[in-house]
Amino acid sequence: MNMPLKSQTRRQFLKSSSSVALFIGVSGILPQLVSCKNRKKLQETINKQRLTAWVELAEDGHVTIYNPAAEMGQGSMTSLPVLFAEEMDADWSLVKVAFSPQESAIYGSDGWGPNGKVMLSAGSRITFGYYSIMRKAGAQARYILLYSVAKKWNVPITELSTENGIVIHEKENKSIGYGAIVPFLEIPEQLPEFTEDQLKSPASFRLVGKDLERTEIPEKVNGKAKFAIDLKLPDMVYGVLERGKVHGAKPIIKNEEEILALDGVLKVVPFEYAIGVVATTLSKALAAKKQLEIEWGKAIASGFNSQEAYGAYEKIADQNKNGQVLTEIGNTKSAFRSAAKTYTADFKNDYVYHAQMEPLNAMVKVMEDKQSAEVWVGSQQGFDSKLGVPQHLGIPPEHVNINLQYLGGGFGRRSMTDFVLECTSLAATMPGIPVKLLWTREDDVTYGAFRPLTLQRLRASTDTNGKITGFSHIVVGDGGNLVASGIKNEHYDIANQYAEWREVSQGIRLKHWRAVGHGPNKFAIECMLDEIAHDQGIDPVELRRRLMSKSPRALATLEKAVAMSKWNEPSIAGRAKGMAFLERSGSLGTGVCEISLDTKTGKIKVHHFWNAVDAGVIVQPDNVKAQMEGGILMGISSVLYEQITIVDGAVQQSNFNDYQILRMQDIPETVETEMIASSEHPQGVGESGTPLVACAIANAFLKLTGKPLRHLPFTPERVLQVLQA
Amino acid sequence: MPTYSLNINNKVHKIDVDQGTSLLWVLREHLQLTGTKYGCGIAQCGACTIHVNGSPQRACVLTVDGFADGQKITTIEGLSEAGDHPVQKAWIKAQAPQCGYCQSGQIMQAVALLNENPKPDRDQILSYMNGNLCRCGTYMRILKAIQLASENPPSVS
Ligand code: FES
Ligand code: FES
Repeated sequence: MNMPLKSQTRRQFLKSSSSVALFIGVSGILPQLVSCKNRKKLQETINKQRLTAWVELAEDGHVTIYNPAAEMGQGSMTSLPVLFAEEMDADWSLVKVAFSPQESAIYGSDGWGPNGKVMLSAGSRITFGYYSIMRKAGAQARYILLYSVAKKWNVPITELSTENGIVIHEKENKSIGYGAIVPFLEIPEQLPEFTEDQLKSPASFRLVGKDLERTEIPEKVNGKAKFAIDLKLPDMVYGVLERGKVHGAKPIIKNEEEILALDGVLKVVPFEYAIGVVATTLSKALAAKKQLEIEWGKAIASGFNSQEAYGAYEKIADQNKNGQVLTEIGNTKSAFRSAAKTYTADFKNDYVYHAQMEPLNAMVKVMEDKQSAEVWVGSQQGFDSKLGVPQHLGIPPEHVNINLQYLGGGFGRRSMTDFVLECTSLAATMPGIPVKLLWTREDDVTYGAFRPLTLQRLRASTDTNGKITGFSHIVVGDGGNLVASGIKNEHYDIANQYAEWREVSQGIRLKHWRAVGHGPNKFAIECMLDEIAHDQGIDPVELRRRLMSKSPRALATLEKAVAMSKWNEPSIAGRAKGMAFLERSGSLGTGVCEISLDTKTGKIKVHHFWNAVDAGVIVQPDNVKAQMEGGILMGISSVLYEQITIVDGAVQQSNFNDYQILRMQDIPETVETEMIASSEHPQGVGESGTPLVACAIANAFLKLTGKPLRHLPFTPERVLQVLQA
Repeated sequence: MPTYSLNINNKVHKIDVDQGTSLLWVLREHLQLTGTKYGCGIAQCGACTIHVNGSPQRACVLTVDGFADGQKITTIEGLSEAGDHPVQKAWIKAQAPQCGYCQSGQIMQAVALLNENPKPDRDQILSYMNGNLCRCGTYMRILKAIQLASENPPSVS
């Protein structure tokens, strides 16, 4: 599969001369067809109307499809174009893929919520959000081809069909390749709006649901794939920032003169929370950063000790003062009053760091007149698709061009724009000159934006038959939806449910981290269920079967995982299996893992992980497996090793020597995924694996030892403490 | 500023940089051999793995001054002309990369492994690859790719 190596900016797009661009309007806007040869007309068209430009068709038959999403390893460079190609009936071997320009009015999806169109690759929402958009646009592209041929051959359009990049007129035994249509392409007055029922049914998909090699993989094995960190422009200079170990602490620079006098240093730029240095080379910038003498002021986080926070959080959970109610079904209070038995347990969860392998970076050029800017960045994009740069510079959005690059990992961290705006600030001091900002790994860890530390207090009640009658979940922590996501149990039939968030703020920077609150919340919920099953002496599968009686899709994943893992067959001595169910980004999944334990060291080993997922239509099956594998491995990593600690407000970790992530020697023997066949609208899979892991491991541990693990991560020291308790 | 000559991918490059400059920055920022990545700078992640006379090394902890004897440096760009080294082919077959950022380093480490030991067993692979981090969690497929490649061992150069 070949593909342009870098994103095509709109300008490059206009420059292509041997092809035409099809601007296919959605939402009732008339389609336009403009030859790229006539650049003036094309420019006028773009300026005049808001159009979408999803595809470019060349006379040689090559089709370039524009991907509106970020590519961070989740496979958007294949999965979204495939949807378009499916409906266009394009010859996949002639398809190239390029990033679309970052213009949310044109390329945005309304699949995220009611706030209009956005370009955002987060929450595992892109396949969900673009499934209809890409297919409808592809169907329109195909219609234009049919329409043009019908006119040319003077035959009714209904007599024409398409097959793999060819228009066919069966009656007269004639056919023509898509590329050959280019010279006489004609746009109908009105382009039909296709509805779902006019599109192909999943049963007739030719590309969707098949395993196609991912388009961008060849350049990811030869070193040619460009990440923002790899870019270099003539005259480019380098920027770095020294930020405090205490988030938000204000700096006073003590040796500015000295730094400015250093070889290669061009600027010293003060920030509210950092001191920036611009220098001619990266080495010189880094050397200057090391020599900065800074006095740090106090911040909200000063004095905060993360490992002592749990005591205070417990007190907050004890209080009668309610926080924000997130779920209230039935009446848990009366359920608890009339219960035959009640259960209470606290679950804890330390801060974790994204650790995307490409440290944050960006390149920005603010033009000499300061009225426009070019940005090169790996971003999960943002609500205005311009990443806040126009507001930051006080210039109109159309004066900012974002050149999206591959992301060396996102996991939520690159849906923040702090690094982009830092680079913009540095570039604003160097008009006309591109500035590349690099965060060192130490910067990336220390000034991270973590998954929040939380305490979950769970209470459950059962009746005399052991049936769960009430379930209450109070989460104490900072970050709103960051701690609230995943707290609901929509697939469990429990008559009385309650969930609440109690806010407490520590001034620590926080952000969405793969699967967000689902990690900690599902950990607490699923472990609570197993603790109840354990207490009642029943099989955790049986307990969940009962709870899922009204959710057949959930139950199907459970039964599949039971079968895959041979749940009913005992593990070999020293091993045990544990399970967890969850919904995330619309997908349902059940995971089972098998672990063993070194009782001397406290080290847990995961041997196998099986999971069954119902994610609706599966666009790229092997890629779904890859996402589940990656998600589960990242889950194992976070659950067994990862921990950011704060002492007197200061982040204690700084690099991969003290922030451990999973290494290859600790991978399981197998990770198996099966997908439930479905023709429902596709849902997200990028985050469905990760939050299964904590609860599956803890539940296996409970079976193995009879003891609950209730504090993430399950470091060997903690495991030993639990064993000795 | 001193001039250094480095033998990289069978070509001699002359570069003027300060003494002590990191080889990683020389490769990436001066020579635009950006397939070799920066991940940690302290030999903890393997993203910067290159070969020096065939043995895998972390470029981030080497400095430009250490190559006066014309040691042969190989980067991912020098592994094959067309991206078709047997290990690269196996990587595509296994659809190993996700974000791709760690993969140059993984591949360079794997090539070194297979040159030393054309038929490694699972434990030998895991142990040899243990210094190369992948945050996307592609380890299962890296393992598979190495096993695929070891069935068609690359000719030792
Ligand atoms: S950058 Fe060299 S080992 Fe991480
Ligand atoms: S593929 Fe993303 S870090 Fe390895």
